[in-house]
Amino acid sequence: MHKYPIRPVVAALMAAVLVVACGKETPPPAPKAETPKAPVVLTVKIGSASPLTGPQAHIGIDIRNGVQLAIEDANAANVEIGGKKVKFELVSEDDEANPTKATTVAQKLVDAKVAGVIGHFNSGASIPASKIYSDAGIPQISPSSTNPKYTEQGFKTTFRVVAHDGQQGPTLARFAAKTLQTKSVAVIDDSTAYGQGLADNFEATAKLLGIKVVAREHTTDKDTDFKAILTKIKGKKPDLIMFGGIDPQAAPMVKQMKDLGIKARFIGGDGMQTPNFIKLAGDTADGVMASIPGLPKDQMPGGKTFLDKYKNKFNQEVELFAPMGYDAVMVFIEAMKRAGSADPAKFLPEVGKTRYDGVIGPIAFDEKGDLKNGPITIYLVKGGKWEPLETVKPEAEAGVAPATAPAAAPVPEAAKK
Amino acid sequence: MDIFAQQLINGLVLGSIYALVALGYTMVYGILGLINFAHGDITMIGALVALTIVQALAAAGMPAPVVLIIAGGGAMMVCAALGLSIERVAYRPLRRAPRLAPLITAIGVSILLQYSAALIWGKQYIAMPKLLEPAAIDIAGAQLTTLQLAIFLLACAIMAALLWFIKASRMGRAMRATEQNPDVAGLMGVNTNTVIAFTFVLGSAIGAIAGLMIILYYGIGHYFMGFMLGLKAFTAAVLGGIGNVGGAVLGGLLLGVIESLASGYIGDLSGGVLGSNYRDIFAFLVLVLVLVLRPSGLLGQHSGDRA
Repeated sequence: MHKYPIRPVVAALMAAVLVVACGKETPPPAPKAETPKAPVVLTVKIGSASPLTGPQAHIGIDIRNGVQLAIEDANAANVEIGGKKVKFELVSEDDEANPTKATTVAQKLVDAKVAGVIGHFNSGASIPASKIYSDAGIPQISPSSTNPKYTEQGFKTTFRVVAHDGQQGPTLARFAAKTLQTKSVAVIDDSTAYGQGLADNFEATAKLLGIKVVAREHTTDKDTDFKAILTKIKGKKPDLIMFGGIDPQAAPMVKQMKDLGIKARFIGGDGMQTPNFIKLAGDTADGVMASIPGLPKDQMPGGKTFLDKYKNKFNQEVELFAPMGYDAVMVFIEAMKRAGSADPAKFLPEVGKTRYDGVIGPIAFDEKGDLKNGPITIYLVKGGKWEPLETVKPEAEAGVAPATAPAAAPVPEAAKK
Repeated sequence: MDIFAQQLINGLVLGSIYALVALGYTMVYGILGLINFAHGDITMIGALVALTIVQALAAAGMPAPVVLIIAGGGAMMVCAALGLSIERVAYRPLRRAPRLAPLITAIGVSILLQYSAALIWGKQYIAMPKLLEPAAIDIAGAQLTTLQLAIFLLACAIMAALLWFIKASRMGRAMRATEQNPDVAGLMGVNTNTVIAFTFVLGSAIGAIAGLMIILYYGIGHYFMGFMLGLKAFTAAVLGGIGNVGGAVLGGLLLGVIESLASGYIGDLSGGVLGSNYRDIFAFLVLVLVLVLRPSGLLGQHSGDRA
């Protein structure tokens, strides 16, 4: 009697496995294009690695979409490299915002022989993955990882097209001190490389500027209950609460602040400067501030066109880092064109010499691979919308001005190559 | 002092939600000796169903109490049906199988539910439309919102009703008989299959209410929200003595308060070495301690040999 009924169970399990399998991004099949059919067409694979499942999927998919858009544009423009027509191909991988998974995915991309990688989203994923790309000699441009450590490992292959937390955190602190006249602040982070890095940098500068840090708390990037932390902070009565983390935590945090009757203002970094934050936080989002590297989306030199193109293609608004993903692809392609080769060993040196006017503005890298002179904009939620408040050029303000002047000069030289 | 009172309130409200979910674990374990790891995810489904109903009805402009009753009722029905079919499909065929088999099925069902939810609702966090405007009540400097009070009172009422039901009703008596010895209960004329199916339905429906409370309280839903909740509620059930309904209530409330106080004071007590991000460690430290020092839990009478 009990021999057969096991079938439905097995069926259920198999269904479970199937569903799990479907949830993952299956890598596109290996291209057959390597056997040239028509006039020599070179297939160049570009890797994209970001979280496509899990709580941060919306941001990861946004990046992947940006990369995809760039590849389609490049293919439509019939790019030629070293006299050969080139077809670009996207190899998209899901790192699940998980550092361990990120290294697996990185190895997978290396094995797939991608020419370059756009990714990862999380600093916690970009940093361990960068070692693998560096060993393989494949250039990596992160569209979004802002932890300073990412480019401080001495790898020649790591680049990013955002300002890092070493710039973002202090900018937030200066904004808090000068514009908001903050006297005391409570700092919370989500215990990730990104959140903690941002919060640490903010805290250090805030202390220098004479703001009293009355509490330093940590949560995780999976939590939605912050009542205990906020209750503790309420007792310290800060003027401002600064959060290093992303929107799924920031939104309930803001709501719970209201429940607990906390009057302090709330400020955070780029991880929470998203439309999703406002959707999740509802009307409690009003008055919240957040910084984001780069110019306001619609003030970007290529902003309007890009936003329209993106919306037409994917039928949704740009979440956050799609323009950076787009530009990162273009940086690779420009470098390949200059080097006349899609071989990473040949075009890698050219990536560092990039002078490119992208959607996000002029892109150039310093010797570490960080974006030179990346502007940072601080936004405020007003009537259910992020409104830009102030744009700061961190290096100009930090007094590292010499970096900007020589940067302008070598442009013609680089362009000649 | 007001901070302490506030942490206590936070903990009790959180704990009452844990307790409701823990009831589902403990009832099933009591009767079948099965740890239904899918229960946290049933709660998640309840939360997301309720959220969807609220979104649809609130947009249609219905008054909040009506919306809540329909959402709660809808979620309970979906979860009850889900609990019933999971029992029928995934657990009943394995009732005489070695104990490891149903445990693995339970984990399989849990993953199945998570990713089915991810397919239906997507992988993003879903926002709850603003439905209630809870007023705040001031108690000794601590703020208690009317929503918190309602959650706590409703949870207590459900738990009291359940205790009464198991003690006094005919079905409750059948449940207790099945718990003590399913074979003998069967011989005495109790239809154990019906009793077990009913237990799943009841536990899942209570889980659905917990789900509704969570989305009202946190205003946010997500396909993965049941995972950690399930583990916490399981811990609460073990803490109180798994299989013991009163124990689940006590364990849930206790765990909520422990977590709340731990995250509120751990930073100061450890001189900043440990932060409130280690809060979950406390929950599971409690689990380990209970299992080592008092495997039968606070209120458990018989240890784990039955099951």
